[in-house]
Amino acid sequence: MTSMTMIEAINLTLRKEMERDNKVVCLGEDIGKNGGVFRATDGLQAIYGEEQVVDTPIAESAIVGAAVGMATRGLRPVAEIQFLGFIYEAMDQMAAQAARIRFRSAGTLNAPMVVRAPFGGGVRTPELHSDSLEGLFLHSPGLKVVMPSSPYDAKGLLAAAIRDNDPVLFLEPMKLYRAFKEDVPEEDYLLELGKAHVLKEGEDLTIITYGPTVPLVKNVVEEIEKTQNLSIEIIDLRTITPIDEETILASVQKTGRAVIVHEAVKTGGPGAEISALINEKALFHLTAPIIRVTGFDTPYPVPSVEDDWLPNAKRIGEGIKEVLSH
Amino acid sequence: MWIEPNETVVNRVQILNETGKLVHTYPEISDEELIGIYKWMVQARTFDQRALKLQRQGRIGTYAPMIGQEAAQIGSAFALKEQDWMYPSYREVGASLVHGVSMENFFLYTMGNLKGGTSAQNANVFPVQIIIGAQCLHAVGGAWASKLQHENSVSVAYIGDGGTSQGDFHEALNFAGVYKLPVVFFVQNNQWAISVPRSKQTASSTIAQKAAAYGITGVQVDGNDVLAVYSTMQEALKRAREGKPVLVEAVTYRQGPHTTADDPTKYRQNTEVESWLEKDPLKRMKAFMINRNIWNEELDQQEFEIANENVSKAFELAENTPTSKTEEVFDFVFEQKTKQLQEQKSSIGTEGVLK
Repeated sequence: MTSMTMIEAINLTLRKEMERDNKVVCLGEDIGKNGGVFRATDGLQAIYGEEQVVDTPIAESAIVGAAVGMATRGLRPVAEIQFLGFIYEAMDQMAAQAARIRFRSAGTLNAPMVVRAPFGGGVRTPELHSDSLEGLFLHSPGLKVVMPSSPYDAKGLLAAAIRDNDPVLFLEPMKLYRAFKEDVPEEDYLLELGKAHVLKEGEDLTIITYGPTVPLVKNVVEEIEKTQNLSIEIIDLRTITPIDEETILASVQKTGRAVIVHEAVKTGGPGAEISALINEKALFHLTAPIIRVTGFDTPYPVPSVEDDWLPNAKRIGEGIKEVLSH
Repeated sequence: MWIEPNETVVNRVQILNETGKLVHTYPEISDEELIGIYKWMVQARTFDQRALKLQRQGRIGTYAPMIGQEAAQIGSAFALKEQDWMYPSYREVGASLVHGVSMENFFLYTMGNLKGGTSAQNANVFPVQIIIGAQCLHAVGGAWASKLQHENSVSVAYIGDGGTSQGDFHEALNFAGVYKLPVVFFVQNNQWAISVPRSKQTASSTIAQKAAAYGITGVQVDGNDVLAVYSTMQEALKRAREGKPVLVEAVTYRQGPHTTADDPTKYRQNTEVESWLEKDPLKRMKAFMINRNIWNEELDQQEFEIANENVSKAFELAENTPTSKTEEVFDFVFEQKTKQLQEQKSSIGTEGVLK
């Protein structure tokens, strides 16, 4: 066990995976000498050389498209998109190529590849560096979408993503890269993709969240439970595709109330899907409407207003209050 | 120093002129190979003509004819080695057949059978790409994989003149140059991207000259001259195998419509089509072979009959293949079906609604 931050856990995982399997190749902008703008790949090029840790030209479509080509011919590429907001440039290669090659070839080809990208707000970035675009990929059959919320999860999920035989979009909450340390085993372990984590059990209400908002929700719940006689369950989805229906439904059937928290914009977002799922399969267990506390339906805003735009303690608290009022 | 537009003089490689006369040193190619190449051209044309008819009869779906491009397709594919990979667009029947895809497979594709996408099962040919230019990046990635795994395999992206306008084409050439990848970009400049002429795709006087901007080799070849295409492609593959990527522009003509859903009389003149029919690739090769005393009208007629018979057999096989079942669509999304896919799959054939 070593105490480390999420970025250190990601770096360690990439190093260990490259050591374990020489088919793992990292490629992306500034990931070589510079070690990535957040240092996720720091030191890797010194160990594995320029052929396996590749600084690419600035071309997101080519980074993902080349990864598709590599993955279908025996490599296990781990591509980095510098910020998730830049992935629009690679949208065809993500949604129409990586996601569909297994389908298009009726299973004769597959693309075991990972696309890593920092995402999420609250860190005062220029435009298009903070957007949470996971919903676009939830809507693209053939892609898995994974997002860790802690150093421990980051290691187990990333290792599982790299060894998965399908393309995985691995989204790293920027705000949590260095937010806290926790004990992470050096040795190999995997966290199953598609399995949610019940962070805390509770009886009165379920909060469903993932990635950057997980620590925030934990804090909010801690504060509320200190002053009120309430018991709140928190589910960290860890992956939104595949989504862990069983864990969500079992929890909501128990508590009868659900609040969904994510930074992505509200309309057509993952929360809408989760809410629809609960409606289809657990409606009669509900005692209150499901509330979504999310980013607003606007482009991600400028830094001076982002703290109000993002789901924050106040808005989550209001959502909880609303659901409990029924 | 100012670089003025279109200063570079690009000489088109030609071995046979439009009447089938040798206008260049004869390449190293045996008579047997000549006949082999021509037979593939006949096969490709025969398939193409039948596919058009079958579509008109409603027996297959949308089809993108390649008539007129046989020299470009057969000549280029004939130069590939077995371990090389092909990344085709949707108009590459001729090239794909030469590299090992069956005609039956193509029929299944046009009939909307999932099995139509399984070209890679028996041949190093990627499934048909619909998104213009996207396959150029897959060829780059494939070339990269072969380089890192020391496979001595060249990846060839097949693309049209319209495709060179795409960002993915630019990014692919750029990556190929930077990483010195074993890749060839084979552009069939067939003059038309559906209804938009070559002149409206780019202000470059040739597509071949674009290679210079990426620090890679470019070459323009008469795409209706199968000998020129074959020998140019051999050289391109040799260079690519040494880590020197090449952009080949084969100047040819799409004699038919864009697809069976298109009416080219709306946007181009008959006189233009007629002038290109004069330069027909089969006509030229046949004249050359007859002149060389290795071919005659009788053999030619026989060959068309054999080719027709092959097409009939392939179509029969395709027609007798069970159609895809709705249930199958759930099997190729992920390696293992998610709970949602399992549930949706099991809802098929019942009421179709989830309970």
